[in-house]
Amino acid sequence: MAEQVQFATRPSAEPPVGLVAVAMSGGVDSSTVAALLLEHGRPVVGLTMQLWNQRRLPELQGDGPAQHRCCSLDDVYDAKRVAQHLNFPHYVVNFEEQFEQRVVRPFVDQYLAGRTPIACTNCNTDVKFAPLLRTARQIGAERLATGHYARIRRDRWSGRHQLLRARDDAKDQSYFLWGLTQEQLSRSEFPLGELTKEEVRELARRVNLPVAEKPESMELCFVPNGNYVQFIHAYEQENGRSWHDQEGKITTEDGTVVGRHSGLHHYTVGQRKGLGFTTGKPIYVLAIDPQKNQVIVGEDQALWARQFEIESVNWVSIEEPQTPLRAEVKIRHKHEPAAAVVEALPGLRARVVFDQPQRAITPGQAAAIYRGDVLLAGGWIDRRHNHTV
Amino acid sequence: MLDSRWYMQRIYLDYNATTPVDPAVLEAMLPYFGGEFGNASSIHTFGQRARAAVETAREQVALLLGARAQEIVFTSGGTESDNHAIFGVVAPLLEAKAPVHMITTAIEHEAVLHTCRALEQRGARVTVLAVSRDGLIDLEELRNEIRPETALLSVMHANNELGTVQPLEEIGRIAEQYHLVFHTDAVQSAGKILVDVEAGRVDLLALSGHKIGAPKGVGAIFVKSGARVRQFLYGGHHQRGFRPGTENVAGIVGLGKAAELARLALHEDALRIASLRDRLERGLLGRVPDSRANGSAAPRTPNTSNVTFAGIEGEALVIALDLRGLACSTGAACSSGALEPSHVLTAIGLRASEARASVRFSLGRRTTVQEIEAALEIVPPAVAQLRQLSPSYRKAGRKLPRTAKPLPVK
Repeated sequence: MAEQVQFATRPSAEPPVGLVAVAMSGGVDSSTVAALLLEHGRPVVGLTMQLWNQRRLPELQGDGPAQHRCCSLDDVYDAKRVAQHLNFPHYVVNFEEQFEQRVVRPFVDQYLAGRTPIACTNCNTDVKFAPLLRTARQIGAERLATGHYARIRRDRWSGRHQLLRARDDAKDQSYFLWGLTQEQLSRSEFPLGELTKEEVRELARRVNLPVAEKPESMELCFVPNGNYVQFIHAYEQENGRSWHDQEGKITTEDGTVVGRHSGLHHYTVGQRKGLGFTTGKPIYVLAIDPQKNQVIVGEDQALWARQFEIESVNWVSIEEPQTPLRAEVKIRHKHEPAAAVVEALPGLRARVVFDQPQRAITPGQAAAIYRGDVLLAGGWIDRRHNHTV
Repeated sequence: MLDSRWYMQRIYLDYNATTPVDPAVLEAMLPYFGGEFGNASSIHTFGQRARAAVETAREQVALLLGARAQEIVFTSGGTESDNHAIFGVVAPLLEAKAPVHMITTAIEHEAVLHTCRALEQRGARVTVLAVSRDGLIDLEELRNEIRPETALLSVMHANNELGTVQPLEEIGRIAEQYHLVFHTDAVQSAGKILVDVEAGRVDLLALSGHKIGAPKGVGAIFVKSGARVRQFLYGGHHQRGFRPGTENVAGIVGLGKAAELARLALHEDALRIASLRDRLERGLLGRVPDSRANGSAAPRTPNTSNVTFAGIEGEALVIALDLRGLACSTGAACSSGALEPSHVLTAIGLRASEARASVRFSLGRRTTVQEIEAALEIVPPAVAQLRQLSPSYRKAGRKLPRTAKPLPVK
């Protein structure tokens, strides 16, 4: 494979023609992307982002080794080994500042404001396909390839770059990519979009990638052990905000106080466990009211709603429609898209009305609007209207 | 395996990071991996031959510094030498519960700064001298900071990022006048410019092999006869027990040979390399708008040029240049650490964004005029490409010429 790659053998003012940067996490997916591109004879440069300093917040480090976590030296080392094995240049680029500003800080702020954020979407829109893509182009690469499971297609009639679900439904990550602009999509490649995870592993084994059997990381990369409450406490303390749990009331929908909560960030809509009290029937979090610092609880049936609004809407695969359209809308990563009518509203907003009520429409999560495999648009679920049926 | 040819045809302008082992050095070392493998402490002939080689090297290093052979102690490199010097002076005083004050500068290498910080945590007081725009300390300020309990003055000779050279003799005179132990980190100056421990009234000096054509992992510390310095490592009786551990004979032989080569070629190399460096620097400043050389008004080592290209990320430029076959570095070379702007560049008054926009080119004995000409073809378009995509450069309202116009280079 190595001899197919044509790099300048003499110093030259021009970077290699058609150079593609691969965002490499050190995992099997992004490593396989590099292998695939090389097999197609394309010159590759690997870039691994240093996003978070693992020496921060030492109180969060468990007893175990800090492996398989975001930006652990192991992951950088794995990416380097892959690059050495396949014989292409690889560099570590530091985006700690951008990651903190655009991902970690908003993540913490959203939780403290009673929302349930998705850090991965911000990371894609504002880090990977923003400063990383820019650095890739600055060093002479024309495009950025990542290990995302999704597909990009150029629509012949409209000229738009459309975003499609991955062929492997179980691995599809298009839900996290709705924030990409046409400019970002035109410079991006998702070579794994047509493959299944098994095929990717197979390919990784065939070219003897040193990471072929590496387990997948499922956690939020900067939060050790998935304990985000602990992370928020430690982070706020590190930033010199004296931490005190903003205790408050837990009420039912009619305002009856039924208990006390220990800070809004402990709760998410639809949550049942950890409410600190029991009643005859199962009780769930229905909503979180940051103005009154209250958690509103009720029975399961009150969690179901048909209508909500989304904000910061990005129309990806089509122009913003002038009339309401029928689509399927997905309201969290593991949600099966459900039929709805979507209407664009002024100010980058949209209204979604499901045919059938859906459970736990959660502010801070994203709503992705599909028609078939095509992701039409996406936006953040707003708190205001989710609670009305 | 990476294709070695790929490396052979690259331009290396990062000699301050490390240098290739000089062929003559390698040749001198080779017997000591084979037939001449003895332990320099052994009584028998094998040992004696190794001992003789080590002592020859000691003389060669001493000659480079204007020292006596018995004042040279071999170490594992510059970092150990700096640690040894600073701990060796300060730790015994701390143990005696004496108040200890030491003075150093804001542009030292981490091997000095972090060692001082470690001693600060054990109770020493540390004064860090500021430097001017040109990277030089103010001698008046130095005098003012000296207190009765000041024990150690540690000032680097040449700076690794800027190449700027401190006036060693004047500093040494002050140290002598106030009876301070004077340590200098000469890792970036030894072998490049004249280093004379006698004239500089230096008590302790650190140097490193791999910066002057010897291999990595060997260095030396000069300890003036009579200087009160405690040992740093404990073990056997090697090097009179002062620096125990079986001597790295081949490495030491390499260091000695490299010191000899550097001494013999010092002036010739300095003239040739300085003219190449000036050609590169003038060429870059002429061809790249909004660029500036840092520390260029001060005396500098002949091989170092540090240039700020406004509006870019130095890290990205280093990668872009590497992809085009040219190796250089940012000040803050750190593969996995935080993106702190270089403490040296901020110390000479650069803003964080300017410090991050700076790149160091450092030349060496093998650098050719063809390489410099090629670098002048490669760097300006790479900077232009970075700036085209740099929001901070466009925001600053600077207008870029469509193509960087090459200026004639003298």
